[in-house]
Amino acid sequence: MNELRYVYAVTRPFGAALPKDLVGVAGSSPYQLRHHELAAVVSDVPATDFDAGPLKERLEDIDWLSDTARAHEAVVATLVSVGSPLPLRLATICRGDSGVRRLLEAGNDRFVRTLERLDGRVEWGVKVYARVPASQVSSPAPTRLRASTDQAPGTGRDFLRRRLGERRQEEHSWQSAAVVARALHAELTSRAQATRLHRPQQAKLSGASGQNILNAAYLVPRDDSADFIGAVNRLLPDEPGMSGEVTGPWAPYSFTEDPSDDNPFAEVDASDGDVVGEREERR
Amino acid sequence: MTSTGSDPLAERQVALVDLLDRLLAGGVVISGDLTLRIADVDLVRIDLKALISSVSAEVPSPWEVGP
Repeated sequence: MNELRYVYAVTRPFGAALPKDLVGVAGSSPYQLRHHELAAVVSDVPATDFDAGPLKERLEDIDWLSDTARAHEAVVATLVSVGSPLPLRLATICRGDSGVRRLLEAGNDRFVRTLERLDGRVEWGVKVYARVPASQVSSPAPTRLRASTDQAPGTGRDFLRRRLGERRQEEHSWQSAAVVARALHAELTSRAQATRLHRPQQAKLSGASGQNILNAAYLVPRDDSADFIGAVNRLLPDEPGMSGEVTGPWAPYSFTEDPSDDNPFAEVDASDGDVVGEREERR
Repeated sequence: MTSTGSDPLAERQVALVDLLDRLLAGGVVISGDLTLRIADVDLVRIDLKALISSVSAEVPSPWEVGP
């Protein structure tokens, strides 16, 4: 029985059909399920992968997770190109159409309010990386060290002094990188309607060279995007050892929680307080 | 809407880490019994062992195209 529904996003009902070749998670075909003044974009997914038990295991499989995340984003990105969807978190799954309707019904007020707040907005991601010149710090050391051993007196002290100087320089590089990143973030924040700081990405995961010192998301009216990106490109650090990157436009994934709403879950389901335990504040 | 030469999005696939920043830490979270209770797997914590052990080799450096 194919009764599980993967829910990608909540939107206003839309007239246009989704592209025929749009592929959702697990190769499924997304469609619109309307309920009163809202619609959910969903697709039918097999219980073998998406029922609670197997899903938990699948999510630990990086290839599966990656494929699923990309398919989720592909569907949401398509919706962004025609409207302002409210994206749901990865792996939101309901039982049957009735489950989806209940979801829309229960969250109606919150969805409507959030759709209004985010209408016509997109999210841009901006990251800044700093590379402290490791080669500069360590490679000249051996030669200097050799030089000092030739002149025996004072060796240890000179060496320590040099190390200290190098460390200060290293620290200085970090500090100035941080200053540049903070200034950029402040400027972009003043141009955005909302801001969210994501945790800096580990180089191990991103494969990036350099340390990620700013990983921010900005909520910007779609129509102002060109100006915003223009500003980003003007302001991105153009100094040795630093680099930046822009991603987007994204659906406003990072802004689905209303900042003025203390407990956005309460009205979706007041009966169940033990939810995800993960009500993490903007990080 | 990729507006500049330094914007590599046109040619490059979105990096998995950027995707997961949003899909695991963003998006509307539905609580209670309205959805399957995989919520018990705190998705954010997937970051995880799986990722760390296998992503790095597969994800192309977003950094090769720097401004």
